[in-house]
Order: sequence, then structure tokens, then C-alpha cells
Amino acid sequence: MTDKLIPTKQMPPGLQVDQVDDRIMTLNVGPQHPGSGHMRIIVRIDGDYIVDADPDPGYVHRGEEKMAEARNYILNIPHLERPVIHDSCNILYPYVLGVEDLVGIEVTERAKYIRVITAELNRCIYIQYWLAIYGIFLGHSTMFMWPAGDRELLIDLMEKITGARVTHSYFIPGGVRNDVPANFEDVCLRQVNYFEKRIKEYADVFYDNPILKARTEDTGVLSREDAIRLGTTGSVLRASGVDYDVRVKEPYDVYDDLDVHTNVLKAGDSYARSKIPWLDMIESCNIIRQALEKMPKSGSIRTKLKPNPKGKDEEVYRRVESGRGAAGCHIISKSKPEPYRLKLSVGSFRNLIALPYLLKGEKLGNMPAVYWSLNYWPVEADR
Amino acid sequence: MSVIAPKFRLGYFLKGIFDNLFWIITLVTLAGIPAIQIALFFLPLPIIDGEILTAYLAFTWLFNPTMQIPLIKTLLYSDLFRIAAFPGFGFAALIAAGTIFVERKMLAKLQLRVGPFYCGKIEGILQLAGDGLKLISKEIIIPAKADKPLFWAAPVLFVGAAAAFVALIPVAPGGWVVADLDVGLLAVFAVIGFFPIITILSAWSANSKFPFIGGIRALHQMVSFEIPLILSLLGVVILTGTLNLSEIVESQSSFPWIIFMPIGAIVFFIAMLAELERIPFDLPEAESEIVAGWLTEFSGMMYGLVQLGSYLKLYAFAALFVIIFLGGWTGPVFWPPLETELITEGIPIPNYAGDPILTVATPGLPLFDKDPNEWVLQQQGELMYTSGQLLISGVIWFVLKTVGVIFFILLPRGVFPRIRIDMLLHIGWYKLIGLSFVNIFIALGLVYAGVIGPGGIL
Repeated sequence: MTDKLIPTKQMPPGLQVDQVDDRIMTLNVGPQHPGSGHMRIIVRIDGDYIVDADPDPGYVHRGEEKMAEARNYILNIPHLERPVIHDSCNILYPYVLGVEDLVGIEVTERAKYIRVITAELNRCIYIQYWLAIYGIFLGHSTMFMWPAGDRELLIDLMEKITGARVTHSYFIPGGVRNDVPANFEDVCLRQVNYFEKRIKEYADVFYDNPILKARTEDTGVLSREDAIRLGTTGSVLRASGVDYDVRVKEPYDVYDDLDVHTNVLKAGDSYARSKIPWLDMIESCNIIRQALEKMPKSGSIRTKLKPNPKGKDEEVYRRVESGRGAAGCHIISKSKPEPYRLKLSVGSFRNLIALPYLLKGEKLGNMPAVYWSLNYWPVEADR
Repeated sequence: MSVIAPKFRLGYFLKGIFDNLFWIITLVTLAGIPAIQIALFFLPLPIIDGEILTAYLAFTWLFNPTMQIPLIKTLLYSDLFRIAAFPGFGFAALIAAGTIFVERKMLAKLQLRVGPFYCGKIEGILQLAGDGLKLISKEIIIPAKADKPLFWAAPVLFVGAAAAFVALIPVAPGGWVVADLDVGLLAVFAVIGFFPIITILSAWSANSKFPFIGGIRALHQMVSFEIPLILSLLGVVILTGTLNLSEIVESQSSFPWIIFMPIGAIVFFIAMLAELERIPFDLPEAESEIVAGWLTEFSGMMYGLVQLGSYLKLYAFAALFVIIFLGGWTGPVFWPPLETELITEGIPIPNYAGDPILTVATPGLPLFDKDPNEWVLQQQGELMYTSGQLLISGVIWFVLKTVGVIFFILLPRGVFPRIRIDMLLHIGWYKLIGLSFVNIFIALGLVYAGVIGPGGIL
């Protein structure tokens, strides 16, 4: 494999530090490495070229799916959002939709709109966090601080709505946990407008930066065919030119009433993969404004659920678009208060599959850019 | 967003000042003065007025109004003072400390943060001292299979090379430089050539993978950027015909060379950023790729020494830019010229030049004048300045210009991401070398066209 990738490259003999294979050096990138997150990539390099990359997730496996089998449908809510607390509404969304199907209750119109608004806010919060880390991975410290600071705007807003800054536990079967505050529409509109104005400024310092473009364009190119073949999802798929968004293709709650535009880029390189989430944030702001307009001003926010509800004797699979792509939840119910089996299918783990394909033949300096552009969240992938 | 910083209150501000003053006075009394006494006891002492200066005499004369100024001036013009304090290490370390503080606060303002705030109570001014204490108190860990002598020597060598670089920088007119060499610029190139060797030796001796990759990267980077760095300065050497840094500064008394050599200045600035491993070019310390590069295995004060060395290097490079392109200490003299009086009647007393005219002036700055009888004549007009006046004015201009250049060195850190090694080599070997040759041809053209240089019109 080494000969195929770099056929005629001659290295001086003094570089044989690791005797695994005359010229190959093995690097353990992670889990203590500052550029890895809670996982390890075993990278084998020849000079500056990566000849083999082997992602090794599983350092933060917490057995969320097994834990779900011992708790009833309501008690599952707080711990199922733990895999990705920055996107806690979206990771909980498919579970809540599935439980509603199993228990058989209807959700009120107002609750559906509140859910969509909070889910979109939470998507922005997650993408800001992701973008901050993408910035510092490329050595751009301003791009670390700006999103991390602007994220506070929406976190404060979510705190006003749900009472918690990060782990909201806001969606419950039948609606949402509590109503929004009195002047919610005005505050939300103001914050979102300011937020959109701020994130559009990121183009000046980051996305139009000539060094960043030269650095990330044409690195880690994932073709349209490969993106479909590897089963990637979310921003990775859309950056490779596939028009796929669960919010449009399989609309849930009130997304079919809203005008959702799918951002698609053709390039499939790290730059396109990093730009899609940023465009998604602007699109989220549009969706929130539409939803605020159409939301019923009053009404019930929750259909009463009887205590300790039992599911029907059937299987259900629901899917939503989370910050990292399609997030699904498969619940097998056996007429008990607890699920018989629960399976989370998350975007992070699907996108990770593309990593060894993308890193092969890249330079070592491209590793953080390619790795983090996959929109991968180690904790969510391990579950 | 919530407000992090408390509101300004005059009481807190004054309390901060007095607290700091209290600790400074306490520390100076308990540690500083005994240290000076002990040092004075062992140093070879100069002779003033035919008496060997002992510690006892020094303290006696310090409070004797007639002997104070000769005593202080003797110390001021001693080699030790030059090496340790003013144009040498102490001055550079002071500017380096200021650079670190300004870098943190400026970067914080750029990124909508506050920066260091609490330590020292006034805008976190003592944060650096706190960090230094922390580094000193930390354990020094050395990898088990490291080559220990080389590994220990690397930080010290790094600071030593940086200090040698600082020693070549002239700061003010009248020979205020530690080592005034006729081949000053060549010596600068020689000292710069040491840094890659120290880097690669320390990286290799750590016997660890990430430092090794960082060391190789540093070697590539420094070697490929040293050539444009040296070539970009040759234009000025061709125009001035000297390698002595003080003479290069004096050649710019009417205009700085950046007017004729903007390409050379830009090339030198970019190559300087690469040599300093500042942010678009911080590949040897790329955090997300190779942990901390060649600094990964350094801990405690070893890391602190490397940081000190790199900031001394930053000051020296900025000062070199000022000296070569921005005219060094030249600039209008702040201090008003002293009034002189020409005596034409009475007994003519010849002055040192032999002219039978006595010029009398009010004494200017007795502490800083090298020789009170020596007068320096400025080119423009008949204004008279003492050497002390020129020293103070020169230092102010030099520091102002250097701080300006340092600001522009710090600024890219908030704006640019890190570039990749192949882009770096492409820029270094291909673009910058070409541009620096263009600069040399411009210089040669100016000389042969007779515009500048020997026999030129300027």
C-alpha cells in the first residue's frame, strides 16, 4: 500500500526512528493528544505523508443503550441526551418522537413549534462549539473565542426557555416540559437577529481568509459516490454534493409547513465540509424566524401522559436531522413501561467511517483539518 | 452577556498600587539590597579619583552630592552594566516581558475577552510574574531515554544564543551596544544560524516522536527562510557599504531605507515571522498536529527558559528591522537644545579642538552625558545637544519604533490560521527568494544610476 501511494519517494536513512517498517513511524494521536478529542487515531506516517490511519473510538463508551432497558420511558430522557450535551434537544428528538408513536399520543400545535425552535437553537449552539474547535485545530485562536462567546447568546436564551444551560431535558413525550416565558417571541427574535449578524462576520476572519482556503481546499476530498457508498450523513454528505436533509426529505413535526433550504456544495473537501455547518446556522436562523411567525400565540404545550406509560407491542424507528447528520432511534417495545431494546443511530459514527479513506495519502498537517471537518463528536459515537 | 470584569473603583485602584508598592519595597529591602551588597563585594571594582571603589566607599559616595554623579556614571559606562542592564539582557528582558503582557491583552481585546485581569489587581499586570513563579516551582521531568546532557543544555543554549543576538543590537547613538563589531550584520547571521541547530539537537535528544517531528519541521522552516532573510538585507548593505549596524543607522539620519527598499522590508518581515515561529508559521509547535512540537518534553523552568529565549529573539528581530529599515534611533530630538553663549572678549581659552573660543553652556544632563565638555553638533543648523540628550531621545525613538514593529509581529496571531509545511517551503524557496533578488537588483540599480551611495545625489 505504501508503494502505491508514494511510489518514487526516497527518504534519507537517518529517519528510521521506529523499526516497524524501515520508513514508517507510528503515531498515537490521542486520547491525551490535544488534537484528538476523546478518541485515538493510530496514524502511520512516511515522512510527512500518512500511509495508514486507524481510528480507535470507544474511550467514552457509557452503555446508554443498555441503561435505557432498565428505566421507563420518562426516566430515559435525562440520560439519553448525555452523549452530546451541546446538541441535547436534537439527540433526544427521535426518541421522543418514537415514544409518542409507541404510547399513541398527539402533540399540540404550539408544542411542535416550540420544539422546532429549540431544536434549531440547539443546532446553532452545537455548530458554534464545533466551529470553535475547528478554528483552534487550524491554529486560528480568534475563531476559537468568537464562536465560544457568541454561543452564550443562544445558551442564555435556552436557559430562559428551559431552565438549564446545556442539559435541557426539554422534550418529553406529548410536548415540551414547560411553556416559554412571556415575552419569548421578542427576545428570541432579537437574539437570533443579532446572532445571525455576528456569524456573518465570521466570513471576514475565517471563511474568506486566503491562508485558510489554501490550507483546506483540495484536502481530504470525498467524492459524491464515495460519500454515498461509505454511508456518511449530514454536512459531510451535503458538502459532497448530495441533496439530503431529513428535515426536507422526511419532515417531522412542523418542518413541512416551513420553508427549509438545503445547503449543498459540490467540492467535497475540508473547506466545503467546514462551510456547510456555517451555512446551516444561517438557515437555522431563517427557520426560527418563520416558526416564530407561524407559532400559535397560546394553547396547550403538553398532552397529559398517564404515569408510567406502557408502549405497544411493536417496533418503531424515527429519524431527525441533528447537528451532525441524521440521528435515528430504534425502539423495540414489549408492552412494558421500559423499552425492550433501544438503539441510537448517530451521525458521528457514520461519518467516522470516512476518516481512514480520507486521511490516506494526506500530509500530517492536514490531519486535524480533515478529522474535525467530518463533524464527528467522539462521545456521541461511543454512546 | 454577563459582565465578567467588576467596575472600576478608585479605591480598588489605589489599593492595588499601594499593595504593589508595599511588596516591591519589602522585597527590595529584604532581597534586593543584600544581593547588591554581596555582588559588590566580589566584583572587580573601578577606580574613581585615584581611589579603588569599595562597597563601603560606594555607599558613602552614594550620599555624597559631589561624588554621586561620577560614581553612577562610572557604573553606567562599565561593561557589566552594558551586558547585564541597559543595551543588553535586562533591557531586552524588560521589553520581552512587556511584549508578553501586550500580546495577551491585545489578543484578548481582539477576541472579545478580558485577558489576564486579577493578578496584580491592575489589568493583570503581575500575571507574568505569577506564571514565572509557577514555572520555577514545578518539577522538571526528563524522559527516561533522553540524552540528558544535550536535553539539559538546550534551553540554556537557546537563551544564550538569543542573548548573543541581543548583544549585537545598538540602541542609542554614542556606542550604546554591547559588542560594536565592524561585521555586525554578519555576526547577526551567524547567531541566527545557531537556532536551528539548538532546536534539532533538543528535539532529537528528547527521544520522543512528536518533538522529533517538530524539530525536523523547525529545521526545514529555519533553513529555508534564512536565505531570503539574509538576501533581503543585502540591498541595504549594498547601499550603505558597511556591515556595522551603528553605521547603517547613521546612514539613515535623513530618510529610512524602507522608502527605497519596501520589497526587502516585506520579505524580511515575513522571513522574520517564520524564524520566530509566530502564528502563520508556528509549524514546529503546531498544537493540534504534534502536541507542542519540539517543546513537548520540556517542563517547568526549562520551558520557561525557552519562552524567555524566544521573546528575547522576538525583540532582537524587531530591533534589527528597526535598525536596518526604519532608521533606528534617528528622529527629532525631544529635549530642547541648550542655550550656548559665545565669549569673544577676555582671555581666549582654546577648547578641545584647538579653536581659541570658549563656548559656555548651561549644563544639560550631567548623569547621562558621557563627558560634560564634549559637545555634539547636530547636522541641521547650529543646535547644540549634549550626548545625554541624544541618548534619551534616541532610546525613546528606538523603543517606540521597536514596539510598533513588535505590534505588527503580534497581530497575525489573531487573524491567520497555521499554514502547511509544503506551502511554507513553497513560499520560502520560491517566492521570497525571488522577491529578495528583485530587491537586490533595485539596490544595484540605485547605486549604478548614481542616485544613492558613493558619489550619489542623496
